[in-house]
Amino acid sequence: MSTLLGRPPVADIMLDDEQSAARAEFADFVDRAIVPVAGDLHRAQRTPPELIRTLADVGYLGLPVPREYGGGGCDAVTLGLLAGELGRGCSSLRSLLTVHTMVAHVLARWGTREQRNSWLPRLAAGSSIAALALSEPEVGSDAGAVRTRITPTDGGFLVDGRKRWITYGHVADVFLVVGRGPDGPTAVLVERDRAGVRTNLITDLIGIRASMTADIRFDQVRVPEANLVGRVGLGTTQVAGTALDLGRYTVAWGSVGIIEACLRASVRYVNDREQFGVLIREHQLVRRMVSDMFADYRAARLLCLDAGLRRDRRDPTALPAAALAKYRASTAAVRAATDAVQLHGANGCSDSYPVQRYLGDAKVMEIIEGSTQLHQVGLADYAFQEFAAVSMGSQP
Amino acid sequence: MSTDVRDRIADYLAKFFPVTDLQDTDDIFKRGFVSSLFAMQLVAFVEQEFGVTVENEDLELDNFRSIASLERFVTGKLAAPVAR
Repeated sequence: MSTLLGRPPVADIMLDDEQSAARAEFADFVDRAIVPVAGDLHRAQRTPPELIRTLADVGYLGLPVPREYGGGGCDAVTLGLLAGELGRGCSSLRSLLTVHTMVAHVLARWGTREQRNSWLPRLAAGSSIAALALSEPEVGSDAGAVRTRITPTDGGFLVDGRKRWITYGHVADVFLVVGRGPDGPTAVLVERDRAGVRTNLITDLIGIRASMTADIRFDQVRVPEANLVGRVGLGTTQVAGTALDLGRYTVAWGSVGIIEACLRASVRYVNDREQFGVLIREHQLVRRMVSDMFADYRAARLLCLDAGLRRDRRDPTALPAAALAKYRASTAAVRAATDAVQLHGANGCSDSYPVQRYLGDAKVMEIIEGSTQLHQVGLADYAFQEFAAVSMGSQP
Repeated sequence: MSTDVRDRIADYLAKFFPVTDLQDTDDIFKRGFVSSLFAMQLVAFVEQEFGVTVENEDLELDNFRSIASLERFVTGKLAAPVAR
């Protein structure tokens, strides 16, 4: 592996041999197939279909899908390692993994037998790409307020409304749409080729510019009853909640990947750039930025590993652990990318160096799958859960 | 068995409702800590703690409303033949 210092990054001591080998394979793939083209994807604001095909062919899009449906059946830690490596190379492609696996995860968990048999083999093979259609022009964090109508009709549902900021929505073959019905939030699968579905590519985003993010209109789209996912009335709690839990987890790992990319670029730069007669690595304030970046990287990575291990044990604390990891890793990614640009100086402000891309991508991580502010409000509840019993029994 | 189930449920819920004692028939969804994450944690707890699988059709509020209803639900799942 060609890294700055000629050796791979420090192994995660919590990984078993199989996970370590998987990480090495992911890293090698990303170094060969993604890092060299990530800047071009960013500038072109497109993910070429052949690159999606490549990710599917190596089995990465179906890695967490159960083996009985043709997937890799990997554990959560291994999925996280993949998201981390992809995030290091290209946040857009990491976001493809996120949205695709969110839908696959929901179908594996709550889909009917027919939905699992019909869709999971295709999602595992990557012959169909899936996207989560939750956000709307007027609805972001307040997911329960979605306005898209999902109305029961003869033999199925009528979907009518508009979705926005749908990652890979411009190329997805199927959408998991969360809307509102007469009996509350409802989720259905809508295939792209149904009459009334139109997608428009959104360009010039601050980050994940190659993510084929779309504005989608569902104009009186009819879907059969068999497309209902989960329970009517539980589209937000059950379906979106399950999807976003996994999404937070892979976004957290993707953020760790961004921090690692910032570290690699920064260490390379400060070992090459001279100012005031010495390499800038000798300047104390440069060293401070690298130190902070390094500390953030290790801390965020440990939180992600912790969340993954809890997830693999099916521990209920995996949910807050993923939220905590996402909060800490995404905010740390913004700090790391900001510092990486800063220590690159004017070079960091140009697209001749990748750190400019990392900064835009990192900012997006703070907004998607639960904004920083939502986590700042919500994580306190988990502190109350964990420490209330202790504090109740003792005096301040 | 049932008492054990009841105690394990009560112990878990105590983390969410530490201020006052939660009675077996108290409606936990009316006690303040209600969020989608809480509901998902509750499902994950039931599955992990008792080794059962919560299915779509199990997601009735009445199965999760109180310690007593959770106990009834879990005991029923444990007694039912595995059908997947």
